[in-house]
Amino acid sequence: MGFLDSLKFSRLKEGLTKTRDSIVQKVQRIVRAKRKIDAELLDEIEEILITSDVGATTSMDIIDRIRERVKSQGYEDASELMRLLREEVGAFLADEPVETDGTSILVPSVKKPYVVMIVGVNGVGKTTTVGKLAHNYKTSGYEVLIGAADTFRAAANRQLEIWADRAGVGIIQQKPGADPASVAFDTLQSAMARNVDVVLIDTAGRLHTRSNLMEELKKIKRVMSKIHAEAPHEVLLVLDATTGQNAIQQAKLFDEAVQLTGLVVTKLDGTAKGGVVIGISHEMKTPVKYIGVGEQIDDLQVFDRDAFVDALFGSLETEEDVSVEEEL
Amino acid sequence: MFENLSDKLDGALKRLRGQHRITEENVSDTLREVRRALLDADVHLAVVKEFIESVKAKALGETVVKSVSPGEQMVKILHDELMALMGSEQSDLLLGNRIPAVVLVAGLQGSGKTTFCAKLARHLKSKGRRPMLVAADVYRPAAIDQLKLLAGELNVPVYSGDEKNPVEIARESIDAARRLMADTVIIDTAGRLSIDEEMMREVENIKKAVKPDETLFVVDAMTGQDAVNTARAFHDRLDYEGVVLTKLDGDTRGGAALSIRQVVNKPIKFAGVGEKLDALEPFHPDRIASRILGMGDIVTLVEKAQEQIDEEEALRLERKMRKNQFTLEDFYNQIQQIKKMGPLSSVLEMIPGMGKAMRGADVSDDAFKHIEAIIQSMTPEERETPAIINASRRRRIAMGSGTTVQDVNRLLKQFNEMKKLMKRVTRGGMKNFMQDMRAQRLG
Repeated sequence: MGFLDSLKFSRLKEGLTKTRDSIVQKVQRIVRAKRKIDAELLDEIEEILITSDVGATTSMDIIDRIRERVKSQGYEDASELMRLLREEVGAFLADEPVETDGTSILVPSVKKPYVVMIVGVNGVGKTTTVGKLAHNYKTSGYEVLIGAADTFRAAANRQLEIWADRAGVGIIQQKPGADPASVAFDTLQSAMARNVDVVLIDTAGRLHTRSNLMEELKKIKRVMSKIHAEAPHEVLLVLDATTGQNAIQQAKLFDEAVQLTGLVVTKLDGTAKGGVVIGISHEMKTPVKYIGVGEQIDDLQVFDRDAFVDALFGSLETEEDVSVEEEL
Repeated sequence: MFENLSDKLDGALKRLRGQHRITEENVSDTLREVRRALLDADVHLAVVKEFIESVKAKALGETVVKSVSPGEQMVKILHDELMALMGSEQSDLLLGNRIPAVVLVAGLQGSGKTTFCAKLARHLKSKGRRPMLVAADVYRPAAIDQLKLLAGELNVPVYSGDEKNPVEIARESIDAARRLMADTVIIDTAGRLSIDEEMMREVENIKKAVKPDETLFVVDAMTGQDAVNTARAFHDRLDYEGVVLTKLDGDTRGGAALSIRQVVNKPIKFAGVGEKLDALEPFHPDRIASRILGMGDIVTLVEKAQEQIDEEEALRLERKMRKNQFTLEDFYNQIQQIKKMGPLSSVLEMIPGMGKAMRGADVSDDAFKHIEAIIQSMTPEERETPAIINASRRRRIAMGSGTTVQDVNRLLKQFNEMKKLMKRVTRGGMKNFMQDMRAQRLG
């Protein structure tokens, strides 16, 4: 049950701790030396936000709100800052966690199959995410079928086949270059015939600015609703944690085309922090559902808001935590 | 959020109007806007700070020139400064005389290494070289298959070996290249995180084993603040010669380019601008400056136009415009010329200010399809003298082109307005026209 193991999150934090940049250390020193919340400290916090890709506007908004609270509620002690940050950043993140019973994902009771469509720009890790999702649903006790609707990229089918094999689930595919909507149609039809619980539709990477490819995506979605009125139940946009402010444009245009229900942030095991999802989540109310923290099949975790904020500001933990980190 | 920076600056700089000098006081609002614009463009915070300082130093004391708006003057200072930072020299691949020459390609997962390798092979092949691709990514499922398929399309050999060890595959590929008479080896490596010690050591060892003429670091143009960390970490281990910026065909401002340039001081040699294998361009550092500032890429547009538009045809059209003899037939031909310049969406993006104006509008090439169909359904006489197109002709044209009478009407109306506009342009000359346009934009 790796994907639900909250201990695993320590790996993400570990990754972030290891590569802690100098700004963060600087703030650590300031927090400890000063113990007073002042303009300089808030500026430093703003810099942490900006360098985590939160974006200039959102960062300033968050800092403004903290400044306001410090003023009106009379916070003075720097040690209270972490709690303020967690509350304010948390308030910016739409909270709509994936339903679980602590060990397994719970698929909402709908007319079978529950259909999840995966979209995103090139190279963010859509196919890998589909493989890992298949594993998560499978180990949660559901029958899963994958639809290989990326018929464009060379060898995409082959890659997905290997993932399906690893997860031990079925896959529906057609020839390279086939109409992706027809693959989705086939997959749903076949899933209904086999009484499968969950269908995952992988789509080709596409830049959100390519209107013809976005039309193709709309068609894939439309076609599915023809066999199953509620399908797809989820449309997940996969975002690469290293992506900067362009992710906002991606989210907007994909949402316009296929109405997103959630985000998946991948590659959070590197040095990037994926802060851009804070702005997206705030502005569009699209919640983050999963995060990817490694290349292994059980490395896709359900999103935990507090843990995410902690990872962003790991360094501003209480005194105790700081000293533990220094020993590492 | 991606408004044109010069519009924004005009707002912030209103108070500069009527003042003679740019001073610390009256420029601070502006610099705040600049800071935000650069951060929105994903330039790294540290680089932004440094940049703002140097712009401030340049701008202070400058006399406000009356003939241009203060915003435009500030943008010029910014642009010049950015260009200075990016360097103006375009850098080529330096392959030396060794046979085979070796190019090593490395980067993060999903940055587009495999696609770039194939594009580079195609590029080198078109220059008369005989490239061979090497699949040294033994980790990602089907990565080798992907490279093989792409190589098959290009009719270029691939070496993948039976080894599971990327260092051995790379080493053996050199001999394989000699056997196959290939003169350039392009090694595609697995995507790796800069903090993955084991994987970083592996790529270091590949480099030691093959001693490449060029090591290229591939990075996604959409990368945010983390670009500097990654670029530096790879540089520390590989000391690469150049950078490849991929996925520049989207609407990202590409601020990462500036950050990387600042941090490692290595040139960006290529830009990936599409999924097709011919979508690789030499990188022009000066043009990214306009893009980061949100000013469009007018130079590339003009160049593309020069490449594609037949000069004589252009002259002929200009004469006709001057005499107001521009016909629907000419209009049709003009559409064909524009279409040659590439997908309409990417052409429009290069026009300053257009990015914003066209956002959300459907700019697929289908936009032309109706127009073409309508004109094709006209007789030569009708194309020459649209005035003769009466109601019954309109009905016939609509039927023939699969459109409606309203569509035909709209096209004819647009065509008439275009002719009026041309009259204005040619009467007043291009200069007046541009001034009109600017007045409209600023007004």
